[in-house]
Amino acid sequence: MSDLLIDFTGDAVETDAPRRAMWLRSPKTVVGLSVFGAFVVIAIFGPLLAPYDPTATSGDVLAHPSAAHLLGTTSEGQDVLSQILVGARESMLVGIVAAVIGESLAIAVGITAGYLGGMADEALSTVTNIFLVIPVLPLEIVLSAYLVNSGWIAITLIISLTAWPWGARTLRAQTLSIRKRDYIDAAKVAGDRTWRIVLFEVLPNESAIIVTGFLFQILFAILVQTGLAFLGIGNVETWSWGSMLYFAQNSDAFLSGAWWWYVPPGLCVALVGMGLALTNLGIDEIINPKLRVYKNDKKHRRWIPFVRSQPVGDQFEGATP
Amino acid sequence: MRFLARRGIFYVLTAWAAITINFLIPRLMPGNPVEAQMAHHQGQLTFQETKALDVAFGIGLHQGFWSEYLQYWNNVVHLNFGLSFTYFPTPVSTVIAHSLPWTIILVGLSVIIAWVLGTILGIVAGWRRGSSWDLTLPAGAFFRGIPTFWIGLIAVSIFGVRLGWVPVSGGYSTNVVPSWTWAFIGSALHHSILPALTIILGSIAGNVLGMRNMMVSTLTEDFVLVGEAKGLPGHRVMFRYAARNAILPSVVGFALELGFVVSGALLVEQVYSYPGIGYVLFQAVGSEDYPLMQAIFLIITLAVLLANILADVVFVIIDPRTRQGAIT
Repeated sequence: MSDLLIDFTGDAVETDAPRRAMWLRSPKTVVGLSVFGAFVVIAIFGPLLAPYDPTATSGDVLAHPSAAHLLGTTSEGQDVLSQILVGARESMLVGIVAAVIGESLAIAVGITAGYLGGMADEALSTVTNIFLVIPVLPLEIVLSAYLVNSGWIAITLIISLTAWPWGARTLRAQTLSIRKRDYIDAAKVAGDRTWRIVLFEVLPNESAIIVTGFLFQILFAILVQTGLAFLGIGNVETWSWGSMLYFAQNSDAFLSGAWWWYVPPGLCVALVGMGLALTNLGIDEIINPKLRVYKNDKKHRRWIPFVRSQPVGDQFEGATP
Repeated sequence: MRFLARRGIFYVLTAWAAITINFLIPRLMPGNPVEAQMAHHQGQLTFQETKALDVAFGIGLHQGFWSEYLQYWNNVVHLNFGLSFTYFPTPVSTVIAHSLPWTIILVGLSVIIAWVLGTILGIVAGWRRGSSWDLTLPAGAFFRGIPTFWIGLIAVSIFGVRLGWVPVSGGYSTNVVPSWTWAFIGSALHHSILPALTIILGSIAGNVLGMRNMMVSTLTEDFVLVGEAKGLPGHRVMFRYAARNAILPSVVGFALELGFVVSGALLVEQVYSYPGIGYVLFQAVGSEDYPLMQAIFLIITLAVLLANILADVVFVIIDPRTRQGAIT
């Protein structure tokens, strides 16, 4: 409503500004997206920035971090920093591609189940819940054991196949609630086709949930890929943060105290994960006003709903003596 | 009761799905695992080993799909999973029987401790929102993104190797024999401290964040306001009014995340060479022991299902709506 009113006054610039700023209003989202964005940049340009060939061996075995090797070297004299920079690409690529496929599956299953209801919903929800209960790692291990040496695409597909149920579950719940709202009935009465209602009425109203689901699936996929590569499953001949940990473990880096070898890859995964989780916490606060906490409200913090529902502005000023 | 009946049907369906997936995977995957194994061993397989593969997959029987499927069910019901390659000629079921108790005790206890601690921390963090307790958000986000096994690797190198406080691998010392003696139990406890702490640290963040946000939402409800207005002491409002309602989704979340948490815990076993089922699973992967691998997938799934059933029972006890048929 307020958009319309202000449009009439011709003051459109001012309405656009706070709207665009909404995503940037939460410092959590800003910090989270910056950290994640930095790693996306590393994934794109990493191989160009790497000072050495990550596979090239040298006589400088298990060297401490120094000017020549900023993050030291492995037991075969390979440069750890170069491995991190080159490995970022596979780790991030698997994460993002698996999340795109997984979230698409989640949207298809979740919205279909929620919108159609009835038997279709029963069937799809049951399948979703079954995949939710089955422990992911053993299933992935059994699947990938049959796909030896098949590269990152096979691993990505396997991960996305196990990543979608969470998203499908939340999207189904949200669609169930949206389906009963007036504007959907209005669209039905206006004679809109089902696909049009789903695409233009239901889907845009779930964009925030879709984005958080997508980010969560990237985090999930990177964690799973790192775990699988650490076990030596999938392709450890190409560099990723997980395969670095695999080689560190197999060369007993943990017993020889070569912390510069095994700390950086895990820290990279943790930082990417933190970026994604922070972004999601910020988005949660944007879409769910109940979660917003006002910093300087310490004294009244238990009274937030009360304080916020008090009239704002000075329309009562004349009434008070 | 309707709630429990519905959940019961769901669990039967899930168990059926897991067993059927297990039956289908070797058939849908490219290549024949029996032939792959034979090629791998260059015809060195004994008759017994070939037989073990046949039992595990029912592939060599050539009896048609349905007949093989029934045969497979018969094997599962009798816990006949064939012979393990890694520990040849020990039956797969024996290998599992030896390793499963380790995992159930270690992972079960750690996950429950992490849930209880995480929920309490989440309650306090939610109650004290807007204060420095809000730092749990970035801290939780960081811990959520850490691979659990990596925490284990760091812990081993600090407390095991550098400080030498705890043993770095195994489930018990080599100088004791597994038995119900104090020496053995003490040694097992000593060996399980670090793996348990790792699993707790790795899985607590999700619980804290979830519970904290549920608490913050619940605290905006009117009944909390009423509690405050009545002048009740803070802890009573915090636990009896807010937390009691906020905890319900946390119980559901616990059950749903279990499959993921258990996956992380299995990797921790690998880091510590802990003699549980995760360690055995990864040994099986290394030696392409398909019968053992598949049986372990099945057993872990059934164990997680059982834990879900327990969580449902707890849910029925704490949420009266399930008993009155409001939630089905």
